[in-house]
Amino acid sequence: MAAAAPASTRPAGTLYRGREGMWSWVAHRVTGVAVFFFLLVHVLDTALVRVSPQAYNEVIGTYKNPIMGLGEAGLVAAIVFHALNGIRIVLVDFWSKGPKYQRLMLWVVVGLWVVLMAGFLPVQLVHTFRSH
Amino acid sequence: MTTIAEPRSRATRKTSRTNAEMIGWIFMRASGVLLVVLIFGHLITNLITNGGVHAIDFGFVAGKWAAPLWRVWDLLMLWLAMIHGTNGVRTIVNDYAEKTSTRLVLKSILVLAAVVVVVLGTLVIFTFDPCPPGAPADLLPSFCKA
Ligand code: HEM
Repeated sequence: MAAAAPASTRPAGTLYRGREGMWSWVAHRVTGVAVFFFLLVHVLDTALVRVSPQAYNEVIGTYKNPIMGLGEAGLVAAIVFHALNGIRIVLVDFWSKGPKYQRLMLWVVVGLWVVLMAGFLPVQLVHTFRSH
Repeated sequence: MTTIAEPRSRATRKTSRTNAEMIGWIFMRASGVLLVVLIFGHLITNLITNGGVHAIDFGFVAGKWAAPLWRVWDLLMLWLAMIHGTNGVRTIVNDYAEKTSTRLVLKSILVLAAVVVVVLGTLVIFTFDPCPPGAPADLLPSFCKA
C-alpha cells in the first residue's frame, strides 16, 4: 500500500451505518421528537376541559381548520411509522432471526404504513374538508 | 496528548449497583408495545369511527370519560407516552449536546416540562366535571339535563 494513502475513514456498513438501517433510525428519531412535542401541546389543549366547555371548544375548533387537518394527517403518518418501526426494533432486539431480517422487516413496515395511510387519508380528508 | 486505552481494558466509568440505563432500554420496548394498542385505539375512536375531529368538543370528551375504561386508557397512555418520549428525548440530548452544562440545562427543562404535563394531565382526568355549573346547556353532554 502506498505510504501516503490516507487510512480509510469509512467503516464498512453495519446494521446501523448507511442504507436502510441508518435511515430507519433517522426517521424513528425525527418522528419520535415530532410526536413528543405535539404531545406536550395536546395535553395542554385537552386540559382546557377543566377551564370551561367554551374555552375547550374554541381551541379544539382550530384543529378543524384544513391546515390543521393536514398537519394532523402528518402527525398520524409520523406516529404510525414510529409505532410500526418500533415493533421492528423490538423484533431485531429480541427475536433470534431479527437482525437477519431487519432489512426485509423495514420494507414490511413501509408496506404496512402505506396500506394504513391509504385507508386513513381519505377518511381524514373527508372529515377535514366536509363543510359545516 | 490523549492516549488510547489498551484494547479490552475495562472502562473506568463509575458503575452503580442498579443498571438504570438497562431498565430504561427495557422500558422503551415494553412501553412501546403497549403504546401501539393505546395510541391506535385512541386514533381510531377520535379520528375515524365517531365522525372524526369535527365531532370532537366538550360533550364528546365528557361522553368518553363517562366510561371508566377511557379514563384508565387515557391515564395509562399519558404516563407511558410521556415517560417514553421524555426518555427518548433525553437520549437525543445526550447524543448531540456536547457540553456538560448544555446537557444539564436541556435535560432540566425537559424534566420540568414533562413533570408539569404529566401532573396537569393526571389532575384533569381525575377532577373532570362533565356538568360544570353555569355552563351553557347546549355545550354539555345530554346526561347533564337530569
Ligand atoms: C406507538 C407506539 C410506540 C412504539 C412501538 C415505540 C417504540 C420505540 C422504540 C423501540 C424506541 C427505541 C428505543 C431505543 O433505541 O432504546 C423508541 C424511541 C423513541 N420514541 Fe417511541 N414508540 C412509540 C411511541 C412513541 C411516542 C408516543 C413518542 C412521543 C411522545 C415516542 C418518542 C420516542 C423518542 C423521542 C424516541 C428516541 C429516539 C432515538 O433515540 O433515536 N415514541 N420508540
